[in-house]
Amino acid sequence: MNIMHYLADLLVRSLFKADPATWPYTWIAYAVVIGVGALLAFAFVAIFAGPVTWIERRIAGRIQSRIGPNRNGPQGCLQWLADGIKCWLKEDLVPATADKPLYLAAPYLVFTGMFGAFVVLPFGAHVIAADLNVGLLYILAVTSLVVVGLLMAGWGSNSKWALFGGVRSAAQLVSYEVPSAFSLMAVVLMAGTLSTQGIVGAQGGWPWQWFVFRNPFLFAAFIMYFISAIAEGNRTPFDLPEAESEIIAGYNIEYSGMRFLFFLFAEWANMWIMAAVATLAFLGGWQIPGISPERIAEAKGWTFVGWQALSFAIFVFKGTCLVFTIIQIRWTLPRLRVDQLMITCWKYLVPLSMGSATGVLLLMALVREGGIVDWVMRGAMLLVGLLVAGAYIRKVRATFMADRDNYKKMEGRDLWYPPYRLP
Amino acid sequence: MTAPAACDLSALRARLGMALLEETLLGGIAQVRVAREALADTLRFLRDDPAYRMHQLTELTAIDCLLLRDTERFDVAYILHNLQTRRRVAVRCAVPEEDPRVPSASGLWRAADWAEREVYDQYGIVFTGHPNMKRILNHHEFVGHPLRKDFDIYRGYWLSEAESLADELDRRRAANPQRLAGMQPGETMVLNLGPSHPAAHGTLRNLVELAGEEILFCIPEIGYLHRGFEKSAEVHEYNQVIPYTDRLNYCSAISNNVGYAKAVEALCGIEVPPRCQYIRVILAELSRIMDHLVCNGANLVDLGALTNFWFLWNLRERIYNLIETVTGARLTNSYTRIGGLSEDLPEGFVPACRALLKEVPKPVNDALKLVARNRIFLDRTVGVGMISTDEAISHGYSGPCLRATGFEHDLRKTEPYYGYDRFQFEVPTGHQGDTYDRVMVRFLEIFESVKIVEQALDQLPGGPVKADHPLSVLPDKDRTYGNIEGMVNHFKVIMHGIQPPRNEVYDCTESPNGELGFFVVSDGTMRPYKCKVRPPCFYIYTSFPRLVEGSLVADAVATLGSLNIIAGELDR
Repeated sequence: MNIMHYLADLLVRSLFKADPATWPYTWIAYAVVIGVGALLAFAFVAIFAGPVTWIERRIAGRIQSRIGPNRNGPQGCLQWLADGIKCWLKEDLVPATADKPLYLAAPYLVFTGMFGAFVVLPFGAHVIAADLNVGLLYILAVTSLVVVGLLMAGWGSNSKWALFGGVRSAAQLVSYEVPSAFSLMAVVLMAGTLSTQGIVGAQGGWPWQWFVFRNPFLFAAFIMYFISAIAEGNRTPFDLPEAESEIIAGYNIEYSGMRFLFFLFAEWANMWIMAAVATLAFLGGWQIPGISPERIAEAKGWTFVGWQALSFAIFVFKGTCLVFTIIQIRWTLPRLRVDQLMITCWKYLVPLSMGSATGVLLLMALVREGGIVDWVMRGAMLLVGLLVAGAYIRKVRATFMADRDNYKKMEGRDLWYPPYRLP
Repeated sequence: MTAPAACDLSALRARLGMALLEETLLGGIAQVRVAREALADTLRFLRDDPAYRMHQLTELTAIDCLLLRDTERFDVAYILHNLQTRRRVAVRCAVPEEDPRVPSASGLWRAADWAEREVYDQYGIVFTGHPNMKRILNHHEFVGHPLRKDFDIYRGYWLSEAESLADELDRRRAANPQRLAGMQPGETMVLNLGPSHPAAHGTLRNLVELAGEEILFCIPEIGYLHRGFEKSAEVHEYNQVIPYTDRLNYCSAISNNVGYAKAVEALCGIEVPPRCQYIRVILAELSRIMDHLVCNGANLVDLGALTNFWFLWNLRERIYNLIETVTGARLTNSYTRIGGLSEDLPEGFVPACRALLKEVPKPVNDALKLVARNRIFLDRTVGVGMISTDEAISHGYSGPCLRATGFEHDLRKTEPYYGYDRFQFEVPTGHQGDTYDRVMVRFLEIFESVKIVEQALDQLPGGPVKADHPLSVLPDKDRTYGNIEGMVNHFKVIMHGIQPPRNEVYDCTESPNGELGFFVVSDGTMRPYKCKVRPPCFYIYTSFPRLVEGSLVADAVATLGSLNIIAGELDR
């Protein structure tokens, strides 16, 4: 039973003193709860996408040894609100020669595609809008609506640059769905289900129970999924559809005001979705280390709420870590060329992801779960993961210390720019 | 190494016989005046004869002699360069007003294509046999030829719309039908890359015909930033031209100041004191560092790597801070004067400059770490926009773009000026003349420039920064206000300006982009009779269609960035 179902029943029982199974107006209560849930999800998207734009800009500023927005609110943390208000107040321009219905509808389609995926994202043990039994397939399907929206925007703008962007993004998204679907298939094979909660349930709270460290093929699948997810989200190094130096921002070039904002909104929401899918499929989702899902389900009262909040926090934390990685990649790498993009996908990622799915199948047939080989594999993969994480943390720490020393050295000196500091 | 002596002309003399009308010197360059009938033969002979082998048409311009002397109306001037023997030859040819036609050299050197169009545009001299004789800098609806001395500059013209370039595109289509083979009409898309486009640094327009994302044909159109530098120079005193030179290559204004001042000093026969030479070297090399930082930073942004831009840009700001303490300006410095500098270095410059030089390697290395071995960057740049040395020379390449093809040619080494032969530095070269080589050559040159500035700071002599040349150089303030001779001297220089003898000179320096030449003609008055710039990127840009046709839009953007086309210099 998911939390929305539970809340709706609770509403009917406590407010109307009726049995939800027999009461004729139960569907109204369900509709209200779904509406509230959708609103909450929307608020999450808004609250996530907004500050993340600010965080991204601050991180970018730090990476690029400049400051970034620091004027609105403490450390500039209200910058996203100012940007949003500005966009609301701007004129909604429609080019005279645009294909008006397509042009006007495109941002909503893009946004709907992104937003639809939130239905099946398991934010916590029971914090999920609907636990569909085809959850993962649903995410892949509904996010494809974005392609249609981008194509409509590109075509409807009646600008050659926008058309370029639209076609580029269509080619890119359609191509990269293949490796991302194959990588997720490896997970589906392991979990034996497409339901997002089922996949999370098949893993555990501890890292050696996560799919990513289960065997080498899943580790490879995780990396491939991550790459193709970045490509599907039009993020650098795959940001060809909105390459400002080549095709002048691509499909959204003619948009202004709120419609333009919707594209950006969808982009950042999408960043979260791909991080969340990677988390639930490979990184153990919301699973709390040491607490089994059954214990959470059996808990009562505040304990139940506490477990839910903790699992929610774990999920969001893991997702945010991935989002941070995506941001860092964006500000580090140059952009691929369009033919290289296709080569990366069809010559490398597609065969490799097929291979990893096959490899997972083979290992499932050959290696008994919980057997000695399985545990050796898990241990080895965990070691690899720890080494990578360790090297990363060491590097970040070294950079941080060096910057701190620089800062100390610069203190008291008359500088033309304020010395940089973490936001 | 010293500057090569003037070229021996005996073989040419024997070949031309009576058609060789006169032998003179243009600055230090051997110059022949030939009859118009023999011009084509002379140019071909100079290019092909083993005694000359003039690989490059460095400069092609004309002079309107209306007010100069009672000769024919126009004088066409070619400056040729053999890059191996480092010899130059200038060829002059008189052209009458009633029949202003000259045979085209566009079949001999690719550089002649645009250069002849420019002469046609500015002077109305028609080059017969040129494949595309039309205007290049001025608008196609413009009437008249503005550099003619009798042109009415106060008349305005209504310039209604941009050129469609359909004629050039049709010609390219007809010349290369194989590129359109198998394509239906309407299958290709014609697109204007610029003049308002983020990657069209400044205002460059390229009309491209695309099959998908592949560029089939590329037609560049320039002149969107044409503001008549040469015409303006003709109505200003010699020193007043200096602020205009700032606006040529605005990324390294001091290099232009130095180039112009050096040319006019050669015209007047002024030798600037050693301290002035060293300061000019120091500031010009700092400008070179800045120019390369800007070019590489912007080029990497075009490739989608934004972070490098900021690493490099911060360093550039630091250099600007230093230069601001010297000249008071950041972008448009106007630092040199004819015969010296506007003022001496401020106190504390040398230690501040040394401290700055220590800061240079870190951001450059940071940026290099991000790209030099980055697979994406290598895939995007290696083998993209490739040009061979021979083609590059024929197109009039110079500077980093020529060195990137693997040919070591640097005017600081081959024709050293201001004591560059006293400094130890390398000339970095590339391997195959692609975008990667151009980027890396620029990065490496930054380190070489640092070496030069360090040595110059070590050797920086004392003494005056102005030449002892009372006819051209303003006296010091204490002399101006302290005694009557100084006062009169000041008055004379201010009121009557610098009046060089009737003379002509072509003088070049190694600017960050390549050979920056000034062709200055004096008629003995206080204003230059003619002041032609030889902008390096004008000739480099002639090769752009060859570099990008057959590649993708993204490659064109990367290539354009690596050529460092500065519209201020390109369009003048």
